Amino acid sequence: MATVESRALKSVPAGINDDIGEETRLKLYRSQVLLREAEQRAFDLFLQNLVKGTSHLSLGQEAVAAGFATAMQPGDLSFCTYRGHAHTLARGVPVEKVLGELMQRDNGLMRGKGGSMHLTSSEHGVMGSYAIIGAHLPIACGAAWRAQYKGAKDVSVCFFGDGTTNIGAFHEALNFAAVWKLPVIFVCENNLYMEYTPISSVTAVAQPAADRAAAYGLERILIDGNDADIVYRTAQAAFAKARAGGGPSLIECLTYRHSGHSRADPAKYRPDGELEKWKERDPVKIYRERLKQFGVDDQAIVAIESDVRKIVDDATEACKAAPMPSLDILTTDVYADGGFAWRN
Amino acid sequence: MAELTYRDAVARGIAQEMERDDDVVFLGEDVAGAGGVFKATVGLLEKFGPIRVRDTPISEQAIMGAAMGAAMTGLRPIAEIMFSDFFAVCFDYIANEFPKSRYMSNGQLKCPLVVRTGNGAGSRFGAQHSQSVENWCMMIPGLKVVAPSNPRDVIGLMAAAVRDPDPVIFFEHKSLYATKGEVPDGEIVDTLGTAAVARPGNDATILALALMVPRALAAAEKLKVEHGIDCEVVDVRSLVPLDTQTILGSVARTHRLFTVEENPRLCGWGAEIVSIVADEAFYDLDGPPVRITTPHIPLPAADILEDIALPSVDRIVDRVKRSMNS
Repeated sequence: MATVESRALKSVPAGINDDIGEETRLKLYRSQVLLREAEQRAFDLFLQNLVKGTSHLSLGQEAVAAGFATAMQPGDLSFCTYRGHAHTLARGVPVEKVLGELMQRDNGLMRGKGGSMHLTSSEHGVMGSYAIIGAHLPIACGAAWRAQYKGAKDVSVCFFGDGTTNIGAFHEALNFAAVWKLPVIFVCENNLYMEYTPISSVTAVAQPAADRAAAYGLERILIDGNDADIVYRTAQAAFAKARAGGGPSLIECLTYRHSGHSRADPAKYRPDGELEKWKERDPVKIYRERLKQFGVDDQAIVAIESDVRKIVDDATEACKAAPMPSLDILTTDVYADGGFAWRN
Repeated sequence: MAELTYRDAVARGIAQEMERDDDVVFLGEDVAGAGGVFKATVGLLEKFGPIRVRDTPISEQAIMGAAMGAAMTGLRPIAEIMFSDFFAVCFDYIANEFPKSRYMSNGQLKCPLVVRTGNGAGSRFGAQHSQSVENWCMMIPGLKVVAPSNPRDVIGLMAAAVRDPDPVIFFEHKSLYATKGEVPDGEIVDTLGTAAVARPGNDATILALALMVPRALAAAEKLKVEHGIDCEVVDVRSLVPLDTQTILGSVARTHRLFTVEENPRLCGWGAEIVSIVADEAFYDLDGPPVRITTPHIPLPAADILEDIALPSVDRIVDRVKRSMNS
């Protein structure tokens, strides 16, 4: 992984926020622990048949969500994919609301109408999770266009996987955003597999996002997505550029998902030893060690971990006790009048 | 009152709404500098400037997605997709994104936008630039769908569509752009979900949409003059919401139903209406409802072939006459 690390570090603009500071570091750690615990809990609840349908976990990819969300200002907008639990939680959406949605309870973010793949919390700036690959890149452009038109300073951030870089909407959105100089940040989480197939075996270039940047006149940015500090610094630079009217950024974050693509996938296609190798670079583990290097004492670290565990435990119990959604919501909110009437 | 072309009515309708509300913005391919490939948006760039009237690359997904993101966050975008056939390359937004975001988010997200598009045959453009695809959109919960047949309705329904809080697909008919009609002065605001009786009559109800409205009216005139059959022509105007009351009311008086549809036969809008009438007004009918449609074919380019594919005035007359006499 040394090559990744050095390549990544080189692409981080020098001198920007070199000292992240303890307060932010603790935030970054807490966020990553929360995402880890909540996603692990979602997996456990699935095994208990309490999470229904499908779910796509971000276990192992926490540093990307934590790094970007921590760098965001209130009012910045997140656009996620079906692998969106972590990005949603990282914006401060209560764990209970997310687990409630996964468990299809009335206390869920969308009361069970959206499900795991469509987490949305507009009050937290989470403007939807999109389950059609590539669809939300142009949508994020539109939100950024509104900010540009209105003279607002918010930035739209669009998260997607490596597989998205081979669909047309990716290329349309990148070109569109570059031509219109939109305040939007495209964040590719390259976890090496599109679904079950290695991304390298279906992509013409080595780095599916970074190697395409030049085609849209953008800087090639490839970073270690398992290091929250690197993600945070890179995000800050991209936010500053966007807010200053400098246009879009495309950032490829190298990372790895510890679980399969979705609940149905045991991830047997991985070569022996690959997962173990990446687990040595587990973002939560890396960051825990980093805190110690910076002199944060064990007690403070453990306090964060136990606090987060309690939040997730409490949320789990609240969701188990929550009622199922009332049946009347089946036909609500199809149209803006609240109903589904298509005729008089 | 002034005479206006359907083409100029499009620009006037958009301008009316852009003047009223700064949040109304307009984007599409060749819509600004060129004034649209059908010249339906001439003058908007000059009037409202390049920040509100924007040319895009040939990127239909980007156009649709950008309109949606802008709509979700507070603007009232009007997007143009040059030919409705191109909906196929950005159908995700029409089928999955615009109409589902409100429902999936349990009402947190909104999508108040208008997609205008050139629909329909008559230009000899062949199969990929001529189809009537309003039925592609009609079947999708969460969308609204309108198709004006005259300049006044273009302006009024455009205003209604822009002001509507839901996504509206606005079908302009390419073969109507050059047609003219009387348009009142001042602001015109119509209502979605309302059909219009274009010609009153007693013997049969003919439902038509867009280009088929003038043909149905011409056929009704012929049927009256040459065959003594007095047809009521209803311009459906809005497929979603659908004004079933006007339709059922007409059928209750005339006891006969004909639909004139430009779309290929299978799953055309008339099929849904016939089903509603069969379900709710069966005993009002004195004969089987008849659908007059384009056959189940892609459209040919050659004029003599395209002309026999679409319902013509003569075909409508013949079909109504045969049915009424049997």
